[in-house]
Amino acid sequence: MHPSHFAAVLMFALFASVVFGITMRDTPPKMVRYGAYCFVLFVGSAIVLSWVMYFIAR
Amino acid sequence: MATGQQKTGAAPGRNSSQDQGFVYLPLIVGWLVPGAGHFLLRKWGRGALLAASIVGMFSIGLAMQGQIYTGAHDILEILGMAGDLGTGLLYVVGRLMGWGSNLVQVTTADWGSRFIVVAGLLNVIAAVDAHNLRTGRKAS
Repeated sequence: MHPSHFAAVLMFALFASVVFGITMRDTPPKMVRYGAYCFVLFVGSAIVLSWVMYFIAR
Repeated sequence: MATGQQKTGAAPGRNSSQDQGFVYLPLIVGWLVPGAGHFLLRKWGRGALLAASIVGMFSIGLAMQGQIYTGAHDILEILGMAGDLGTGLLYVVGRLMGWGSNLVQVTTADWGSRFIVVAGLLNVIAAVDAHNLRTGRKAS
């Protein structure tokens, strides 16, 4: 299995966010909200850092 | 005079069956088998999601030809092995079955090794959550 870097980021973010959401909050609605928040932060920070490194490398 | 609830430190509203037995059982079972600590506390949905996430991450790590750390030759390997040990029985089965590559030769294999380590760390978080539910430190 050789996923792209972005696919690996998505899988990592999904699994980690599910665990973070369940373990860090008390009620199911808060779990879903926190899990989604973590997922967006994981993927968003990966995209932002990727662009930063792209411009640094130029 | 202290009540039984004050003595055990249990949260209000918990039934008496949860106050009995070995308090560290969900922690240990949850560490050995991902999600099992929550199953023990009848949190079926959460346990299933945790198990799917942790086993899925471990499996994808292996599918990416990730390495299961076996030795402790330098500090990075010791840390990697500590993370891998968090997967509990998955680590033991993986070692017994010879899963994972011995040598990381492609980039995806390096990511796979990280997936396996993080699966172990996430499983530790899940097991501690089961323990917190058991002791009443976490409400529900």
